[in-house]
Amino acid sequence: MRVTTGSRNVFNTLGTVTAAIIVLLLVWHAATAGTGLVSPARFPAPLEVASALEQIAVEGYSNGRWHEHVLRSVLLVTMGFIFSSSIGVVLGLAMGASRKIEAFVNPIFLLLRPIPPLAWIPLAIVWLGLGDAAKIMVIFVAAFVPSVINSYTGVRQIEKPIFEAAAMLDVSGWRYWREVLIPGAMPSIFTGLRLSLQAAWTTLVAAELIGAIAGLGQILNQAAQDIFPAMIMVGMLSVALCGWLMTLALGWIEARATPWRAR
Amino acid sequence: MIEPRLKPGRFWLLTAAGMAALFGVWTIAALSGITSRTFLPTPWDVLMRLMQLSVQPFVGHVLHEHLLSSLQRFGLGFLLAVCVGIPLALLMAWFRWVDRLMSPLFETVRFIAPIAWVPFAALWFGTGIGGPVLIIFMGAFPPVLINTYRGAKHVDRKYIEAAQTLGAGSFRTMTQVLLPAAVPSIVAGLRISAGLGWQSLVGAELIVASSGVGYLMVKGQAAVSTATVMSGMIAIGAIGVLIDVSLRRAQQAIEARRGA
Repeated sequence: MRVTTGSRNVFNTLGTVTAAIIVLLLVWHAATAGTGLVSPARFPAPLEVASALEQIAVEGYSNGRWHEHVLRSVLLVTMGFIFSSSIGVVLGLAMGASRKIEAFVNPIFLLLRPIPPLAWIPLAIVWLGLGDAAKIMVIFVAAFVPSVINSYTGVRQIEKPIFEAAAMLDVSGWRYWREVLIPGAMPSIFTGLRLSLQAAWTTLVAAELIGAIAGLGQILNQAAQDIFPAMIMVGMLSVALCGWLMTLALGWIEARATPWRAR
Repeated sequence: MIEPRLKPGRFWLLTAAGMAALFGVWTIAALSGITSRTFLPTPWDVLMRLMQLSVQPFVGHVLHEHLLSSLQRFGLGFLLAVCVGIPLALLMAWFRWVDRLMSPLFETVRFIAPIAWVPFAALWFGTGIGGPVLIIFMGAFPPVLINTYRGAKHVDRKYIEAAQTLGAGSFRTMTQVLLPAAVPSIVAGLRISAGLGWQSLVGAELIVASSGVGYLMVKGQAAVSTATVMSGMIAIGAIGVLIDVSLRRAQQAIEARRGA
């Protein structure tokens, strides 16, 4: 029988997760270093990954130490994401609130939306080269579309009685935006922001893989050229870790921005 | 209050104005002579280039051959994701130990952007077909797995109990109770998967491939031919829409048959 009960279950899950990770590490070690079933030239052993991590953290690899690469990528994404999504959310809310703006902007969106963010990378490189400007352009494009669309649908999903109450209480102008539209659309806005952040992160890593001076994608690129599987693994795990931490941070902000929602 | 719908006349007027603004600004910027036409072509130039690409080979193939090789890779990766994702998700939904074993692994892998597999793809497969297929798989796999799992977990317990009372074993419960019940959720997952898989493919072809639309774009980029790059973007967008529309049709057909 599958029974789930409060706090005991949390410890239970924590225990099994830890156990699963230990089992995974053991199997991984056994398959690579232990038995040589998987050639180390194809897939690194856990200890090799640890020493690669040490190398990049202490000596540095590919133009910088670990924290420098991470900081560079994370800062670029954060800046591009904030810049792009703040414009996107405002535009989306305006499209939701005004049929005229919707009619004017929507067709442009219908044309641009099917183009995947990654497909903008070659264009960004042709126009802006391999520097940070091109990265910011692709992050902007990647983060823009989901934040606009979800803010827009967020406004349209606000229930009618709320609008009627607002009209009855004669709420208008800035107060109408601040107390009706924005809070009403907030859950959907955050859905959009989460998608935006993920898209921005993936796109940045891809852009750095194709050409960059530093950053996590650059670690991956350099490690692939050096045929250094352990460092590839370090790069991949770093990409995952940063993506996860940024998503957590956004969830934390969401919980504070929408205190009325029961969790 | 949200304004009432616009009258059709005004709506189309504004829509036309929006399009005119987009293409107008673009054309004026291209013709103004700030930069060269190869750097910023007019919409017309891009259209001509698109036509030209479909008759004149670029980097070895004409456009539809590039598209075909992209679609082939996409089909393989997507199929692989479906063939692995659905059975694995059913196992995870039915056997608790499989769930506990696979969940942490899956959660870790899921946070790795599909594109970050490129170095391993290159290491394992070179520029062969395996590399892009691996990356598409990594993009398309999570939604299939998650949606199948959720669908199977939400099956009404009564059905499971009934099947077991009637003597169905684990295999028959999974294939004849969980799987059919999860179909709507699976199909919804497939649509997300196809979208993500197609995107990942483009990324993969930008880095590890020697044909395909992504490769065409990279070569266009190297030749500083903006029109070629933009033609690639248009082709990718169009195929993406086509894939999504056909899956939506399939979804509607399935829902209609189930009377949902």
